Amino acid sequence: MLRLPRFEYRRPANVAEAARILAAEGPRAMVVAGGTDLWPKMKRRQMTPTVVVGLRHLHEMRGVRGDAGTGVRIGANTTLRELERDPKLLGGYAAVREAARSISSPPLKTMGTIGGNLCVDTRCFYYDQSYEWRKSIDFCMKKDGEICWVAPASPRCWAVSSTDLAPVMLALDARIHLVSPPGERVLTAVEFYNNDGIEFLHKRPEEILTSVELPAVEGAVTVFKKLRRRGAIDFPLLNVAAWLKPGVDGRTIEDARIAIGGVTSAPFLVAEAGDILRGGKLSDDQIRKAAHAARSKARPLDNTDLDFSWRRAMVEVWVRRALEEARDKLPR
Amino acid sequence: MPQTEFNIIGRSLRKVDALDKCTGQTLFADDIALPNMLHARLLRSTRPYARIRSIDISAAEAMEGVNAVLLGGALPITFGILPVSQDEHTLAIETVRYVGEPVAAVAAVDEETAEEAARAIRVDYEDFTPVMSIPDGVTDTDNPIHSYAEAGNIHKSVALDFGDTDQALADADLVLDDRFFYQGNTHLPMEQHAAVAHARPDGKLVLWSSTQTPHYVHRALERVLEMPAHRIQVIATPNGGGFGGKSDPFSHEIAVAKLSLMTGRPVKIALTREEVFYCHRGRHPVLMRSRLGLRSDGTITGMQFETILDGGAFGSYGVASTYYTGALQTTTYHIPAYRFRGARVFTNKPPCGPKRGHGTPQPRFGLEVQLDKAAERLGMDPAELRLRNLVKPNSLTANWLRIRTVGLRQCIEKVVEASGWKDKHRKLPFGRGVGLACGCYLTGAGLPIYWNNMPQSGVQLKLDRSGLVTIFCGSTDIGQGSDSILAYIVAEILGIEPDATRVLTADTDLTPVDLGSYSSRVTLMTGNAAIEAAERAREILFESVSAKLEVPSERLVAAGGRIFDSADPKVHVEFARAVQLAEARHGMVGTIGSYKPPASDARFKGGGVGPSPTYSYSAAVIEVEVDPETGIIVLEKVWVTHDIGRSINPMLVIGQVEGSIYMGLGEALMEEQEFRLGVHKTPSMLDYKSPTSMDMCPIETILVGEPDPQGPFGAKEVGQGPLLPVPPAVSNAVYDAVGVRVDEIPVTPERILEGLRRKERGGDPRVGPDNLPEVHYRDGLHVSPPWEGGDGTASERPDYARKGV
Amino acid sequence: MRTSSLIRLSVNGEQHEVAAPMSKTLLEVLREDLALIGTKHGCEVGECGTCAVLLDGQPVLSCLVLPCEIEGSDVTTVEGLAKGGRLDPLQETFADLGAAQCGYCTPGILLVARALLDEDPSPSREAIEEALGGNLCRCTGYLKIFEAIEMAASSSGEEERAHAAD
Repeated sequence: MLRLPRFEYRRPANVAEAARILAAEGPRAMVVAGGTDLWPKMKRRQMTPTVVVGLRHLHEMRGVRGDAGTGVRIGANTTLRELERDPKLLGGYAAVREAARSISSPPLKTMGTIGGNLCVDTRCFYYDQSYEWRKSIDFCMKKDGEICWVAPASPRCWAVSSTDLAPVMLALDARIHLVSPPGERVLTAVEFYNNDGIEFLHKRPEEILTSVELPAVEGAVTVFKKLRRRGAIDFPLLNVAAWLKPGVDGRTIEDARIAIGGVTSAPFLVAEAGDILRGGKLSDDQIRKAAHAARSKARPLDNTDLDFSWRRAMVEVWVRRALEEARDKLPR
Repeated sequence: MPQTEFNIIGRSLRKVDALDKCTGQTLFADDIALPNMLHARLLRSTRPYARIRSIDISAAEAMEGVNAVLLGGALPITFGILPVSQDEHTLAIETVRYVGEPVAAVAAVDEETAEEAARAIRVDYEDFTPVMSIPDGVTDTDNPIHSYAEAGNIHKSVALDFGDTDQALADADLVLDDRFFYQGNTHLPMEQHAAVAHARPDGKLVLWSSTQTPHYVHRALERVLEMPAHRIQVIATPNGGGFGGKSDPFSHEIAVAKLSLMTGRPVKIALTREEVFYCHRGRHPVLMRSRLGLRSDGTITGMQFETILDGGAFGSYGVASTYYTGALQTTTYHIPAYRFRGARVFTNKPPCGPKRGHGTPQPRFGLEVQLDKAAERLGMDPAELRLRNLVKPNSLTANWLRIRTVGLRQCIEKVVEASGWKDKHRKLPFGRGVGLACGCYLTGAGLPIYWNNMPQSGVQLKLDRSGLVTIFCGSTDIGQGSDSILAYIVAEILGIEPDATRVLTADTDLTPVDLGSYSSRVTLMTGNAAIEAAERAREILFESVSAKLEVPSERLVAAGGRIFDSADPKVHVEFARAVQLAEARHGMVGTIGSYKPPASDARFKGGGVGPSPTYSYSAAVIEVEVDPETGIIVLEKVWVTHDIGRSINPMLVIGQVEGSIYMGLGEALMEEQEFRLGVHKTPSMLDYKSPTSMDMCPIETILVGEPDPQGPFGAKEVGQGPLLPVPPAVSNAVYDAVGVRVDEIPVTPERILEGLRRKERGGDPRVGPDNLPEVHYRDGLHVSPPWEGGDGTASERPDYARKGV
Repeated sequence: MRTSSLIRLSVNGEQHEVAAPMSKTLLEVLREDLALIGTKHGCEVGECGTCAVLLDGQPVLSCLVLPCEIEGSDVTTVEGLAKGGRLDPLQETFADLGAAQCGYCTPGILLVARALLDEDPSPSREAIEEALGGNLCRCTGYLKIFEAIEMAASSSGEEERAHAAD
């Protein structure tokens, strides 16, 4: 049986104490909430903290508050199971529920949290393996090694962002709240992510993601679509989140954000797609152009399931279908 | 299938172990904990192909809590499942041949310590260039993976000619020449392999193991440990899934036995999921070429078939697998002349072996897809083409396999009817399609793994004066329900309920030998042995009851827990009373039964692979929806018919059909083993894609057939055969849906999309392999088909026997 | 560094005290410290669902839960499904329909199914498929499992109705 190495488990009384422990212990400490990402990675020695700071019990970090008119604040400890069932996340926030619902499998959704999913480690065939497996290839730069096996000439790591909720946060223009001993810092979702397989978050090691804030969405439409091999368990090979804000006529797109995840080391907004859609009425032609723009921005590599050129082609199809779905949701 | 004449047979009863399994009471190997037990871990090779320069175990030995460290030199004797390929060491000596090959073993106070100690062992390797593909494997080399290989890395080649196929193809109106590839995949039982060894103070060694073949493990331990077999007891624990993946003796079993002998303490090993991928013994990747000749009316004139198997690093069942990629091509459709060429290459990957269907799903895929193409070329319905070529009951095939009952006509007719085939095939809108394919499988291999004249299965009964009948048999329940089958059969014959029996199986000390749960042999062979033993017991009971009731034995009937006079059922004794009468008369009541398959008609070298007491038949229609923009397939429904002969328990039969279809769909659509940098790319439950509950579609199962005289109560196999039609039916359905031929398994979205693009560009909408690398075959044998005379032996070799395909 | 602790754990309604390293997962504690070996394991990294148990009635994977994190919660394992010597209807229907072949994934699936039925006493086929998405089975092709859950749902319903009529 694969087992965890020995470590010290800390149970802070509140977020502030958790942040103080992290700051004091430095890189040997990590936080855990649902445990669905950290424990497997510790069992495979991909992550090797000797101090683990538990957050799961901190109720201050749990729950969904607010409404579509004023915006919603979601505590980082809110489980995916709670998210997928929360009635406050219907309408313009429906993509949040859809994304949560699509993640892994029901038992993992009982455990996994929104904070954990937003911070989930990037993935790669050459990294998500046991210690012995990685030793067979002399490791890779993400852990214990020097090289990126996906692109051996590359100075950077190309592990893939595999969070399903992040593209939704980008599309909704969510704010990420980070707490550290000096205080709180708020980043936009776009600012939070970094296109590097190792340093994939703009989060300092002592910072704790405590909540996300979703802006008001009254009148807006959101859509989430995911591509994976199987109907459950699998991480995304691609996901698309779209946010569309119609004008007073209910048809003309006043503003739009299209976010893509699962293809590079960070989810990203396709600004060109937003430009194409803005001011139009989601005509077939605009949708096609926006989808094409998304494809030209996406460069998947050969480090996850299925053929990468096929996955690239799918970006266009998925964006188009997401926008068609969004169009169907707009008021007639 | 009228089944009213029986009380137990034909009823969908609970399995005898069903409630244990539903309450968590079943003891699997890793559930065993003995007092004072140590825990073992293996250190496995991190190199695909290398010489071991040195191994430093000093740090591991010095670790607190480490009791023993074992290296290969301590166990110099090789083992392997087949007598012709005893090529495995318990732990590698000098050379490692794949990433994951066991190199050292550690026993420690707990698993954590054993793992840390194994990790502390330093191995210095000198790397060789690994051989990672079929083309690499057929290339000449001065550094072969095994020196005993036939030539270079060609482990085994086979060349057989049954009649003049060149002439048969020349006589044909249409000759198709196709290449196919079937990717390797693995069993993925939910239970990881585990074993516990206990070297007892009295000199006896006991091994509990999750194995499908305790008898062969017993023999391997005897050989490698150089211990008398009677001092070794092997107990197969209920297998948490097998599918062929637990049918070889494994290094971890021998290593814990040795560690227990070294320490004098019980030692347990439980493999990690990743290690299970390294044990493998799964589906061989196979490149194929098939030339098929047909007359314009659809009659097959002859076939030339070539296979090249990627065997991985060791022999395993590979020699048999190689023959199996050719042997059963003749058992569904009459093929008047047949040429087979097959070769297995060694590569630096985990060894391949027998997975559900052993060696036959790959050639079946080629044959059934090729028939689909032939039907189109001839303007015929694919079902009609198959019906026109059916093998005849009670006949011999070109390669001298004895066919008994054949339910294939019923299979095809009923699956066509149930699925609405005639209204759907070539008639559904673009994007939706149906595919048809058939299959055939052994009901038990005719010959044992090692040559001997003894029965393949034995059953012993002990009748207790309480009325309980204890059934002893060496068979192993891997979830298919073999323990229950024994109970049903004995209960039927003795006229009692299954709960008046106790089944004790898979213990080499206590139970008579059964060769194991492989080749779909268990129901037929243990069933026939059980019938013999139970009928003998009934005879003893009848004799005593006859004397007591003063009713002639011929008039006695055993049913409903009693033995009674058929002329006057009120005249009876209860079953327990009957046993008491017999015990008073004869002393303790016990009987035995055994079973040996009928002798084979095939008398040429290689003719030992393929014969079976009887064959099962299946047909399937699969309906799919293919998204032409993405290539993504959605399964709509599977209709399957299976010739079971007679069902002993229809519920268990349907369970095996559904499980086979599931596994076939997994292989057809998503399961595959790939290697990068010499390493298995996806050795995990996340990255190796086993279909989830969200990926299944409805299955409609129809059981057909007539009782087969060879089978117990007429039963044939069902554990493997229904898998066979699935991969070709999927590929044929995709063609019907979008006009793309995927001559390759798995049929993935990217391949379909590639085919669609070729079609758009006006090219050949086919995706699949091009040419096979050239193999120099030797030992070409010519055997006249039965209709050309001869006696099943090889005859003088005409010129054409030297040719390739 | 303090890496061990005394953990209070409530399993199947019974209170246990276990002295164990904090790094021991619930799966390991159940099997190795409490001898509740009905909980099986197939990967230990959350990919197969075999080790599923219920935590306050909701399915979790015991290979990824630390006992020290769940004090105050109640764990249900397969051993706790039968109540007062009476099997859970799911156990009966799984046995009746042959939904357990090798039986290795069965404990985890029974528990996930129990949680589903507790939340939705008559789930649709789609809801059942979705609920079992994380529980791999290699033997059955899932169909007998779906049917057994449906049969248990309707038999529990009948029982309740019969009960209400009393």
